[in-house]
Amino acid sequence: MQIEMRLISKDKMESMSSMEKLRFVLDGVKSGNIVVLEGGLTSEEQMKLIELTMIEVSEDFPGIEMSGYPSKSGFLNLRKKTRLTVVGPANTMKTIKKGKDLISAIISST
Amino acid sequence: MKGVFSRLLMALLFKKKRVKIGIYGPPNAGKTTLANRIVHTFVDEEDDVGVSTEVPHETRRVVKREGVNIDLTKNLSQDNTASNPKTKRSKAKLALDVVDTPGLATKIDFRDFMAYGMDEEVAKRRAKEATEGVIEAIKWLDDIDGVLLLMDSTEDPYTQTNVIIIGNMEARGIPVIIAANKVDLPDSSPQRIKNAFPQHQVVPISALKGDNIEALYGEMAKAFR
Repeated sequence: MQIEMRLISKDKMESMSSMEKLRFVLDGVKSGNIVVLEGGLTSEEQMKLIELTMIEVSEDFPGIEMSGYPSKSGFLNLRKKTRLTVVGPANTMKTIKKGKDLISAIISST
Repeated sequence: MKGVFSRLLMALLFKKKRVKIGIYGPPNAGKTTLANRIVHTFVDEEDDVGVSTEVPHETRRVVKREGVNIDLTKNLSQDNTASNPKTKRSKAKLALDVVDTPGLATKIDFRDFMAYGMDEEVAKRRAKEATEGVIEAIKWLDDIDGVLLLMDSTEDPYTQTNVIIIGNMEARGIPVIIAANKVDLPDSSPQRIKNAFPQHQVVPISALKGDNIEALYGEMAKAFR
């Protein structure tokens, strides 16, 4: 079985509203793809993504695995700068190690 | 940012008499055990908030217990730790509602419940209730004044769920205390949690045995007032 990986540019991400982004990610993941978002999702968007995922959990779709680099603080610590988020189907992707600047994940079709 | 400023303004103008404290964390971190301990200590020894078992997602509905008065001037004889004279001198008191929440997760597979001996139908029903519980826990974040984030100190704390909860609380300007639970177990490492989240107060505790629990109450009285 082949697994598709979608690498989404920051420009594409910034052209979408929050809800559009989440729908785009979840539709991609439910189709069995691994979605890598340059620029990443904010923690609020990630929480909303968990909520949306829970609504759509079924026998065939048990949920998502999500990992991301922690955001960096911006000017005067007022604005957090997101960096990268990886989202995949929970039955395909498993994060095995996550650090400040490194994410290791196993992707398996079995 | 708007959320942070409006919260600060509201806090300055209208100081609440009683604060709502949400106990959040991943499944099986010991949230209900801690909620029970708080209520047993300050309300009624026989009054359980919920049931704790080894099966994940045992708590699948948010449970609120109103009118818990944390009073550190009283002798907390139920706890194993010796009373801390410093916190006693501070005469710290806090009136709160305890909100015990279902564990936050990104994945709920009914097959995982079948490993605990449940038949398929029961496991599917439990999985459905667990997904609803996660949504309910997230919705409750809008009504919470402070968060006790419970982590299992025998596990890797640097999970995306923990990072997301902390990120959300920071964005909303809601105070967070991290309780590094299960320090009674031999392979626990509260230091690993402190290293992962150095910007936050981390209190090592055993919700089950009561170890260092009075220190947690002291921190709650300071942070959530």
